[in-house]
Amino acid sequence: MLDVVSWSLSTGVYISQSDKGGLVFGGGLDHYPSYAQRGNLATAIDVVGAVAETYPSFGRVRLLRHWAGIVDIVHDSSPLIGETPLAGLYMNCGWGTGGFKAIPAGGYLLAHHLATGRPHPIAAPFHLDRFRTGALIDEAAGAGIAH
Amino acid sequence: MLLINCPWCGPRDEIEFRCAGQSHIARPGPYDRVSDEEWARYLFYRKNPKGLHSERWLHDVGCRQWFNIARDTRTHEIKVIYAMTDPKPEESTP
Repeated sequence: MLDVVSWSLSTGVYISQSDKGGLVFGGGLDHYPSYAQRGNLATAIDVVGAVAETYPSFGRVRLLRHWAGIVDIVHDSSPLIGETPLAGLYMNCGWGTGGFKAIPAGGYLLAHHLATGRPHPIAAPFHLDRFRTGALIDEAAGAGIAH
Repeated sequence: MLLINCPWCGPRDEIEFRCAGQSHIARPGPYDRVSDEEWARYLFYRKNPKGLHSERWLHDVGCRQWFNIARDTRTHEIKVIYAMTDPKPEESTP
């Protein structure tokens, strides 16, 4: 039915089809901080509605299951990699909705830092200090969406 | 799904509102004596409690008034709704 991964810039909803035939899709975040560890109905309605609007024929498909997880979001929608104010403690977090895709590279970059004592050139701009210096990675407030 | 009791409009569905994050953040000053570190803390560093959280909400598609909500981030239970100028309520639960 669907042999690509599709992603809508306007709704933020992505969708693909597994080899077993089921559709796998996801989308936006809760609009307020939550440790409830469950899907929020308002967000679920938004995501499911966007799927049905993008592919009207999917509107007849039954929802099999859904999951919820804590999404760590940073002000510039970009990860934090490197040293922290506490000596010996390193961070590799804030991946938001991109972690599933990018964390193999994230792990490699932090390992480089641990092994050599210096940030990898690719990871250096992702230091926590960027909020003090103003060198933000992405103007998330302007873009309105991660990625 | 939250049912939020707007102080002006009464109980309304959460989709009418917008959460604008942590409340009671004071702008540091005077501006020419504020370090880059303090500005960064003011602009970008926020509390992220698992428990009671005081946050600003806007009745976006209703009366467009701002108010505060003290909410438990574990259960989403709304403990107190209070005015923007009111002090932060005492934390009674851990």
